[in-house]
Amino acid sequence: MEYLKSEEIVELFREKIGEQALTDNRIETKSAGLKKGTYQVIWLRVKPQLFKEAVKTLMELHYPHFAIISGIDIDKEIELIYHFSIYYGERGKEISINLSTFLSKDNLKIPTITDLIPGAQTSEREIKEMFGVTIEGLPELPNLFLPYDFPSGVHPLRRDEKGVEVKVKEKDEVKKGE
Amino acid sequence: MSNKTYSIPIGPVHPSLKEPMTFHFEIYGERIEKVNLAPGDNHRGIEFMGRQRNPIQIIYLAERICGICSASHPFAFCQAVENAMGIEVPERAQYIRAIIAELERIHSHILWAGVAAHELGFDSVLFFSWRAREEVLDLLEYLTGNRINYGIFMIGGVRRDITAEQISRIRKTLDYYKNIYAKLEDIFLNDPTIALRTKKVGILSREDALQLCAVGPTVRASGVNKDIRQDQPYAAYADLEVKAITPDVFTGEVNGDVYDRIVVRLLEVVQSIEIIEQCLDNLPAGKIVAEEKLVKLLTQIKKAQGEGIGRHEAPRGEVIHYIKLNQSELPEVWKARAPTYNNLMSWLPMLIGQQIADIPIVLASIDPCIACMDRVTILDRDSGQESILTKEELHKISVQKTRRMAR
Repeated sequence: MEYLKSEEIVELFREKIGEQALTDNRIETKSAGLKKGTYQVIWLRVKPQLFKEAVKTLMELHYPHFAIISGIDIDKEIELIYHFSIYYGERGKEISINLSTFLSKDNLKIPTITDLIPGAQTSEREIKEMFGVTIEGLPELPNLFLPYDFPSGVHPLRRDEKGVEVKVKEKDEVKKGE
Repeated sequence: MSNKTYSIPIGPVHPSLKEPMTFHFEIYGERIEKVNLAPGDNHRGIEFMGRQRNPIQIIYLAERICGICSASHPFAFCQAVENAMGIEVPERAQYIRAIIAELERIHSHILWAGVAAHELGFDSVLFFSWRAREEVLDLLEYLTGNRINYGIFMIGGVRRDITAEQISRIRKTLDYYKNIYAKLEDIFLNDPTIALRTKKVGILSREDALQLCAVGPTVRASGVNKDIRQDQPYAAYADLEVKAITPDVFTGEVNGDVYDRIVVRLLEVVQSIEIIEQCLDNLPAGKIVAEEKLVKLLTQIKKAQGEGIGRHEAPRGEVIHYIKLNQSELPEVWKARAPTYNNLMSWLPMLIGQQIADIPIVLASIDPCIACMDRVTILDRDSGQESILTKEELHKISVQKTRRMAR
């Protein structure tokens, strides 16, 4: 099998989805052990319109191992980070690729990747329930993580008015007799 | 025979289930036609809780995600924070981390072997293997102070050193496992009845394993040699030649069935013993933690900005943690993913076409700690009549099948 270097992978992404759409890229090298063996982690930020294209580019390299989607609520946007890894199966060759995209809260939509990687379904459903992101192309399925009778429109991991109220009081706030 | 299918829900909650979940089975005669999974009955909102804690406090929360992987989650979490902050972990701490993680793997795999034996109806093997597991739990208590939830991980290293005196005790325990391993292997891999119940049962093909993103022994048993300790060596594993174990090393072929998953787990016990021995032989001297003073460490965390992922090969597969620090005491986001999360979907191809009596062993084969089926309702769709199978009855069906096959 042919292995591309991290720099070449970033270059390939730049080519395939364009300089404009690849808003940020970073390669980290980590070392471990006495012999200081290294491994690399790539961080890529792409525009949501070309997100699916980026995943397809990844598929051309190697069938990626999909780990999870992390979601972050930042003011007016929600960032989704898809954690992948490629080139597993041989010693020290694996490269982690974290593909992220910012979605504006006015237009919380992202295409599904389950047609390419069926195993991503659980994670996509989690993002849908916890952040209220519409996954385009994912069939309407009942809640997986939240209870069936959970109020609609409430997404627990959101930090804005759509999130949940923290009902636990700090110790100092609790007055006598309460 | 009529063309009736029956629907059977299994689950959701039982006190000893780590991840309570409900299964809906559509049954035609004895054969499973369709499976529907419904987890989330006991979502604890741990990531939400993490929002109100600083990273040092989160280590202890992460440790409590799972009672059995209680070294794996803090291992991955600490790596994520170290990667985000750029902390170099002292080599000695990297080795101690690997030793604790491998001891955990031994206890987890032997625990699983006992559960599998129980599901098949060999309770004497359950007692034998759980007795054997006690030795490593005692050792972990001796090294860390606790049988589970070891509390040994710290951002930038570990909290307790391993002394020369302790090393001899570790070697003694490893010798104990070397001695009993032959017996374990003989029971599980050479017994004709276990082979009858597990070979060609619960098959997961290589393609399905890859597409469903399965991890750990589940994916390795299907012939994919994926193991983070091999693919992306971290901590002490960077110095060790760890090779992903696939069942063909032992049997010469890959079937992806329950038997293969037993083979992989048992061989990994031997692998763990070898890893610990190598770690002990090459244990470097030096510090065990990058920053000893917690107040100082917390000040560094408050100033840090960045994001990082930490990955660790837990007994059940890849654990991945993501953290984003933003110059604040509390992290901006913390995401944790346990291996069973990815292995869930691999149950579907495994279960379809199997018999009701095979449900317990197939469910147990990915090691989800779903050893308990609280209640099972069999619903006759046509008449609307319900009959309820308890966990004991379902277990009894499984045991009866073993007895039938043994004859």
